[in-house]
Amino acid sequence: MAVGRVEAGQRPQARARKGRPLGVSQWTPYLFLVVPLALFLMWVIGPLFYSFYLSLTNWDGISAPKLVGLANYRRLFADPIFYTAVWNNVKWLISFITVPVIMGLALAMALNRNIPGARLIKAIFYSPYILSLVVVGLIFGWIYLPAGGLLNSTLSTLGLGALSKGWLSDKGLATWCIIAAAVWRQVGYVMTLYLAGLQGVDPSLVDASKVDGANSWQAFRHVILPLLNPVTVVVVVISIIDSLRSFDLVYIMTRGGPANASTVMANFMYIEAFNNYNMGYAASIAVILFLITSIFIFIYLARVMATEMEY
Amino acid sequence: MAAQTLPQTRAAGRAWSRYLVYGLVYALTLAWITPVLVAILTSFRSNSDILARGFWTLPNSISLQSFFNAWTRGGLSHYLPNSFIITLPALVGTLFLSSLAAYALARFNFRGNRVIFFIFVGGALLPFQILLLPVFRLTDWLGIYNTYWALIVFHTSFQLGFCTFVLRNYMRTIPGEILEAARMDGCSEFGIYSRIMLPLTIPALAALATLEFTWIFNDFQWALVLLQADALKPVTTGLASLQGQYIMDWTVIIAGSLIATAPTVLVFIFLQRYFIAGLTLGSSK
Repeated sequence: MAVGRVEAGQRPQARARKGRPLGVSQWTPYLFLVVPLALFLMWVIGPLFYSFYLSLTNWDGISAPKLVGLANYRRLFADPIFYTAVWNNVKWLISFITVPVIMGLALAMALNRNIPGARLIKAIFYSPYILSLVVVGLIFGWIYLPAGGLLNSTLSTLGLGALSKGWLSDKGLATWCIIAAAVWRQVGYVMTLYLAGLQGVDPSLVDASKVDGANSWQAFRHVILPLLNPVTVVVVVISIIDSLRSFDLVYIMTRGGPANASTVMANFMYIEAFNNYNMGYAASIAVILFLITSIFIFIYLARVMATEMEY
Repeated sequence: MAAQTLPQTRAAGRAWSRYLVYGLVYALTLAWITPVLVAILTSFRSNSDILARGFWTLPNSISLQSFFNAWTRGGLSHYLPNSFIITLPALVGTLFLSSLAAYALARFNFRGNRVIFFIFVGGALLPFQILLLPVFRLTDWLGIYNTYWALIVFHTSFQLGFCTFVLRNYMRTIPGEILEAARMDGCSEFGIYSRIMLPLTIPALAALATLEFTWIFNDFQWALVLLQADALKPVTTGLASLQGQYIMDWTVIIAGSLIATAPTVLVFIFLQRYFIAGLTLGSSK
C-alpha cells in the first residue's frame, strides 16, 4: 500500500519536471472520473440535497411541490406513529449490535478451532445472507402464520397448543418476530467478518499468553478481543446502519401493522409517500432518518480517514 | 499418583468442555438450517394437506405442483427473466464505471482526489430511503419511470459508491513500477488502465461481481417504487405481489421463493470463494 501511495505522490512532480511526457495531461484523472462522478452526483448526491428541499414542501407526487416551511417537521414531531417508528428502530438497533455480534464472534472463535464439519457449518450460517429479504420475509411469514404455520403447528404437536398465537398480529410481539428473522440472516455475515479478522491474529501471541499462565478466557479477553477491535468497530457501525434502514422485512411481513405497532422509519416514510401521497411529509421523515444515520456514517468515515492518514 | 491424575482430570475437563462447545455449535447450526429445510419440505406438499394435518406429519403425497403453479400462474416465468434484464446491465455498468473512477483515484494525485473519494464512500453508506422520492421524481422527469432503465441506471449509479471504494483500495496495492514501465513503453493512459490495471484487478472485480449480483438481484424497495407494470417486475416485487392474492396458497409462495433464490444460490455455490472475499472486502480497511 505504502509503495502505491508514494508512487502516486511523486508522479505529478516528476511529470511537471519532464513537461508531462507521453500525452499524460493534468486532465487525465478527470477524464476517467467524469462519467462515474456525474452519475453519482446526479443519482445520489443531488437527490440527497433535493430531499431536504422536498421536506419543506407540500407535495402529492403529481403537481408541483409548494413550499410550506417547517410545517412537515412540526407535524412529524407531534405524530405518535413517528415515535413508535423511532422506538422500533431502537429495538432493531439494540438487537443488531448485540445478538448477531456476540453469536457471530462466538461462532467464529469455535470454527477457527477446526471443529469437525466447519466448512458445512460456515455455509449453513452464511447461506441466509444470500437469500433476498423478500424471501426471508415470506419464509418467516409462513413460519409465523396463525393457521398451519410451522410455529403454531409445532406447538400443538408438542401439546403446547395453548401457547400458539397470531405472532405477527400481536402488537407487542410483531416487531420482535420480524427482528428474529433479520437476526437469522445477519449472524452469518458477522461471523464471516470475524473469521476474516481472526486470520490476522498471530497464534503465537495467544500461545505466549498461555505460557504466561492465562487460561482460554483470559487469552480471548485480553489478547484476541483487543486485536479484533478494528473488526468490531466495522461490524457495529454496519449493523447500526443496517438496522436503521430496515424496510423490506417489515413491509413484507406486516406492512408496519397491526395498527402501526411494528412500523419503522423507512416503512412509515414509504406508507406516507406511496399510500397516502404525502410526499413532502415523507421527505421530512427521510431527512430525520438520514440525520440519525449520518452520526454513524461520520464515525465510519472518520475511521476510514484515520487509516488514510497512516499511509 | 496424585501428580499424575491432576493433569489427567484437567485434560478430561478440557475435552469435556470442548464437546460441550461442539454440541452447542451443532445444535445452533441445526436451528439455523431449519427455516430453509422447512421451506423445502413445504414446497413439495399441498397446502390442504399441511392445513388439515399439521406440519409435523408424513405428507399424503409429494409433488412439484407448487413449483409448477408458481412458475405459471404465479408469473415467475416472466418475473425471473426481468430480474436478469435489470441485474446484468447494472452489474456490468457499475463495475466498468467504478473501475474507471477507482483508477483515477488510486493512481493520480490531483486536486479533489480525497474529497471525491469521500463522496463515493459516504454516498455508499446512505440510508437509501433519503433518495427514494427525489429519484422517483427524477425518473419521472426523464421519462424512464416504470421502465427497466429506471432501475438499471439507478443501480449502476448507486452501487458506484461501494465499488469505487473497494476497487480504489485494491488498486493502490498494485505496485506502481509495473504501470510506470508501460508508460515508458509508450502505452496510453487508457491502455495502461485496460491492459495492465484491469487484468491485475480481476480478483477484486470477481469478488465484487458476486456480491453486487446478489445485492441488485435481491433489491426490493427500488423495484417497488420505480416499477408499476406487472410485466416489468423483477422476482422480488413479483413474489411480494403474490402474497397479496388470497387465491395463492402458501405452498406456492414458498415454492416461488425457492425458485427466486436459485440464481443467487448458484452464484454462491460456484463462486463461494469470491463471495466470501467480497463480504470482507468492504470491512478490511
